[in-house]
Amino acid sequence: MTDAALPTDKAAFRQGLETRLKKRYAQERRFRLYGQLAITLALGFLVLLVGRIALQGYSTFIDYQITQSIYVDPAKVDRSDIGGANFDLLVADQMLARLGEKDDEFGETSGKMMDIISNDFGFQLLKMVKADPTLIGKTVKVTGPVKADAALYYKGELKRSTPEEERKLDNRQLTWLDRMQASGAVSKGFNFGFLTKSDSTEPEQAGVLGAVVGSAMMLLVTAVLAVPIGVLAATYLEEFAPKNRWTDLIEVNINNLAAVPSIVYGLLGLAVFINWLHVPRSSPLVGGLVLALMALPTVIIATRSALKAVPPSIREAALGVGASRTQTVFHHVLPLAMPGVMTGAILSLAHALGETAPLLMIGMISFVPGVPEGFTGAATTLPVQVFIWENASERAFHERTAAAILVLLAFMIVMNLAAILLRRRFERRW
Amino acid sequence: MPSQRDDSQAQAAAPVHIAVDRAHANGTSTGIKIRARDVNVFYGDKQALFDVSLDVPEKSVTALIGPSGCGKSTFLRCINRMNDTIPGATVRGRIELDGEDVNDRSIDPVILRARVGMVFQKPNPFPKTIFENVAYGARIHGLTSSKAELEALVQTALKKAGLWGEVADRLHQPGTGLSGGQQQRLVIARAIAVSPEVILMDEPCSALDPIATARIEELIDELRNQYCIVIVTHSMAQAARVSQKTAFFHLGKLVEAGPTGEIFTNPRDSRTQDYITGRFG
Repeated sequence: MTDAALPTDKAAFRQGLETRLKKRYAQERRFRLYGQLAITLALGFLVLLVGRIALQGYSTFIDYQITQSIYVDPAKVDRSDIGGANFDLLVADQMLARLGEKDDEFGETSGKMMDIISNDFGFQLLKMVKADPTLIGKTVKVTGPVKADAALYYKGELKRSTPEEERKLDNRQLTWLDRMQASGAVSKGFNFGFLTKSDSTEPEQAGVLGAVVGSAMMLLVTAVLAVPIGVLAATYLEEFAPKNRWTDLIEVNINNLAAVPSIVYGLLGLAVFINWLHVPRSSPLVGGLVLALMALPTVIIATRSALKAVPPSIREAALGVGASRTQTVFHHVLPLAMPGVMTGAILSLAHALGETAPLLMIGMISFVPGVPEGFTGAATTLPVQVFIWENASERAFHERTAAAILVLLAFMIVMNLAAILLRRRFERRW
Repeated sequence: MPSQRDDSQAQAAAPVHIAVDRAHANGTSTGIKIRARDVNVFYGDKQALFDVSLDVPEKSVTALIGPSGCGKSTFLRCINRMNDTIPGATVRGRIELDGEDVNDRSIDPVILRARVGMVFQKPNPFPKTIFENVAYGARIHGLTSSKAELEALVQTALKKAGLWGEVADRLHQPGTGLSGGQQQRLVIARAIAVSPEVILMDEPCSALDPIATARIEELIDELRNQYCIVIVTHSMAQAARVSQKTAFFHLGKLVEAGPTGEIFTNPRDSRTQDYITGRFG
């Protein structure tokens, strides 16, 4: 009696089937096309983004150094008051002498020279003479960078064709720079200083080391707190806690916490850790605490889903030979969930690494011209460093902003590679 | 067909359901290892087992047969309290292992599961080496005091499970790399290594090919001299081949139990008759 519903005209039925088949294949082709388009679009944006940053930032890694022999004139450097001597002027005078020029009585010419060579020369000289006062009366060789504006001229970003009153260096200074370069005194090289120095008010002396170390220390605090607490909390909730209204409530709240804007965690950190517990502000410790709070829900959610994915047959196998619940979880379930747990943990740490807003709330925006002195010392982090430099008025800082972003991206790539390696290592235990 | 349905309904509607356990009455068993009395199991509001009373004899194979969802696996899991791990499952009634109630407060489920080993439907070796799989139970129960002892124990268990010859030279390779039948024997070795008194098998051959199945059946036959074995199976031929006693479950009730030969040749209940002749199930 059900036969009536079945097609009787076999040929028509087959033809209908074929038309529908064509439609189905067309649908499949369309879907593939959309997918390829989406991926191309995403990749395109990525290339555009990273490419633009790289184009803007790569010039930071080139710097121009001058080596200058400087006679430490005993008439200008007082042996009893070395710190009081004007080493910058000493350097500028001898640079001028090399170009066959002399300072005028108002010091205007030497001032112009000081605008194109870094005061790093003066610092180096001061350090050398302080360490070894016998250098007074002798000639020493000092190598240092040109000032950031001069470097911009060498890189072609500051042009002579711009009207003189609209650029920071006048024609005379540009002529000096040309002559210095023509004489072979200027050497172009890789800017190691950007990676080995910390923030500075002078762009040519500013580097990211302090920020990189600050970020690393803060992440260490975050990892040490968020990963064990998160994994254990998730394990308890997933494997031990009874399933009732309370655990449901906790679960909903954890999921909600994962979606709370990060700046709220910054406010919380400010109120609880700094104002109430008096953790030193602007330190890697307080930054790490705040980011740990932020990373915790993500770690818990990732761990729970990794635990859920472990086949129940493994739990039964362990229980079946008489393992206790704790033994079952810690000998079998958690090790099997480890790759997933690691991926979740590293992703949330990478997220924490790029976080800026909550750190601004806890005072990490301050200018820190050095590597943090321990976990309670003042520190800055890479994204905050980017933020600070982006807001700087000097043009040379803008290329450093892009370069700092490149360093941040490199840091993240290293972290993700570590995640992949860790995953592989744990997966090898089948 | 209609007459058969009426028949089973009439049986189910009977006010007092009496499961006939003929094995004990006939005095064919040497002793009773497990004695279940009026076992009822609920998953939440749903009742899965109704007043099951069954005696499982020592050192022999007892097969539990019946259509899917009839409660035979549920009953099996009551014996080593694996149902404890299912949220919302409650067990009422009495299950005695050597006269002791397994649900008694004084019985620790962890110790119970060391005494009552279990083999599951799908081979589930740990994702560790063959050696570690077998050694695990001994390790957690602290059965051996030296490495040499542990190695000897692993060897004995693998030999008893008939796997030693195949894996002796690759003990430190992953257990998950073995074939399905080998994995199932590995899992049996893992259960044996803890020196259990009872081995529960929940459809141990349903994921295996006929050759691997034959191998497992041979093994079960060898093991019954030392252990009390309870096996759940969908294959009536298998029940007939390996077991000495058979219990037929239907809709959560124990319909009939007795010596395997009698159940298959001369069932008393018409539902048993219908099931073993393949008319439903």
